[in-house]
Amino acid sequence: MITLNHYLLLSALLFSIGTAGIFLRRNLITLLLSVEIMLNAVNLTFVAVGRFNGSVEGQIITFFVMTVAAAEAAVGLAIIIALFRHRETLTPDAFTSLKW
Amino acid sequence: MDAALFYLFAAISVICSLGVVGQRNPMHSVMLLIGSFISLAGLYVGLDSPFVAVTQIIVYTGAIMVLFLFVVMLLNAPREDLAPGGQVPIPRNLKVVGGLLSLSMAGMLVWALSRLAPTPFVEDPQAAARVESVREIGLVLFRDHAFAFEVTSILILVAMVGAIVLAKKTV
Amino acid sequence: MPTIDPVLIFQISLIGVVFLTLQISAAVLVYFERKIAGWAQDRVGPNRVGPLGLLQPLADIVKLIFKEELRPKAADAWLFYLAPILSATTAFAAFAVIPFGPPTTLFGLLDRPVPLQVADVNVALLVIFAITSMGIYGIVLAGWASNSKYALLGGLRSSAQMISYELSYGMALASVLVIANTLSLRELVDQQAGVWWVFGAIPIPKWNVFLTPVGFFIYFVAGIAETNRAPFDFPEAEQELVAGYHTEYSSMSFALFFLAEYVNMVTVSAVAISLFLGGFYMPFLPDSFGLLWFLLKLAVLLFIYIWMRWTLPRYRYDQLMDFGWKRLLPLAILNVLATAAGVLYWG
Repeated sequence: MITLNHYLLLSALLFSIGTAGIFLRRNLITLLLSVEIMLNAVNLTFVAVGRFNGSVEGQIITFFVMTVAAAEAAVGLAIIIALFRHRETLTPDAFTSLKW
Repeated sequence: MDAALFYLFAAISVICSLGVVGQRNPMHSVMLLIGSFISLAGLYVGLDSPFVAVTQIIVYTGAIMVLFLFVVMLLNAPREDLAPGGQVPIPRNLKVVGGLLSLSMAGMLVWALSRLAPTPFVEDPQAAARVESVREIGLVLFRDHAFAFEVTSILILVAMVGAIVLAKKTV
Repeated sequence: MPTIDPVLIFQISLIGVVFLTLQISAAVLVYFERKIAGWAQDRVGPNRVGPLGLLQPLADIVKLIFKEELRPKAADAWLFYLAPILSATTAFAAFAVIPFGPPTTLFGLLDRPVPLQVADVNVALLVIFAITSMGIYGIVLAGWASNSKYALLGGLRSSAQMISYELSYGMALASVLVIANTLSLRELVDQQAGVWWVFGAIPIPKWNVFLTPVGFFIYFVAGIAETNRAPFDFPEAEQELVAGYHTEYSSMSFALFFLAEYVNMVTVSAVAISLFLGGFYMPFLPDSFGLLWFLLKLAVLLFIYIWMRWTLPRYRYDQLMDFGWKRLLPLAILNVLATAAGVLYWG
């Protein structure tokens, strides 16, 4: 029997994996991918709780999260491309100076 | 049957997400993340939300991940260990601290959730039909959240202009 | 031992039947493509293997199986083999939601009528769009993983093309959606049953194509671009790119791409039939002949596909992008607006 708890647990696990990615990786693209994992974990919670309450609000906020994710990915990747042009690397440690 | 499908999709999404975080080739990371997203779409179908499931595939795998794929291809997928100019590896202690932090986060969340009494989904066909109905989603979205919806469209527009300005050759 | 519902057996076997039929249809299409090409170019076409060359596809398959499986040394092994699999999978998957015949009891064998459709999803229209948007991965990955400049250029070109035309494709679907007020393909097809009025002796069927002819045109053009067929076959423009994204593929992995191309054609045509051409409904004959009508319409559309390939010259790449973004997309958006206005006005 699958309860709401199962979905919440799965979502928590995915969110933790996302944070682990942020902590452990040194590649700007992988960092952005980790953020996407976290956003999706939250989406899963929203949909599951929405289904639990028998309302569509959970799905609707998911759409908003998706649009924000799309905007974030577009701007984030554009920034990554701009950064890569300057330093030819994707390591976040290469961009610690405040101006160059 | 439902339980088996839940565990199948949950396992795929967790394994794929671990793969995204755990290996060094960004191209493979992107593909694994797509696998994770598709299994999440499967979970949404299990939650009587086929519309979100399909949107998930259209928006995430059909649009966002294609963007990632393109950027990785354009930058010729610099792997972390093959970075030009010599890669400074993360100090070991930092890695340990990061791992511990994320593990403790997972532990905390799991602990908190395991204290929750099991809350089974109510078997209410009417509620299921309401959640499943695309018409209902449209009505609520455009009636109650019309303002938020319009603001989102401006956000998308701003993001689009911003992305073009940022990625242009001469700023 | 629990008794098994014969309807369930029928539905499961339907999956296998559709899968096999799609594969066979690809082989048949290859034969007809070559025959029609022959006629278009005043040749005979294949006529050596079997009577009228009918066994030619079989010979092709045998040849492909016995070829050596090559992989460039610098290729990314995982993604190199994933690409053709993805391509073929997405091509087949979209057909699952298409209703291709009226409910049948299989001549009384089943106790209740079962619709001829693998999966009746309530968001079928979006499922098709989602699966089409997945189709791009096979090509991009093939281009990238081969680690060859021709393949990479072909992959990049075709992904840019598919992304551009996907918008118009989606807009064409939206125009039908506005008219039909449903996302379920079965309901959509059922709405198109019947006749509007009889014009002399010719009955005008209640098809969506008469409501939004522009939508049909946009769908068909975008569909050709989505399947990468001539006159939009840039990914494999032979004169420029050797063979585009599948330059480095041989043997069965090449065969999978080949299969995907033809199955995609069938799927796009089948969706066009369900959305615009009344699905399996047709005036004149009773509805039980539905499957026959569906196949007939499919054959006509596929013939047009092949006919176009061997008649029209290929566009130039910038012309293609120009056409997609500056002509087709505005037209598609205007069409959706006009259709919505029409629906509001006539209700």
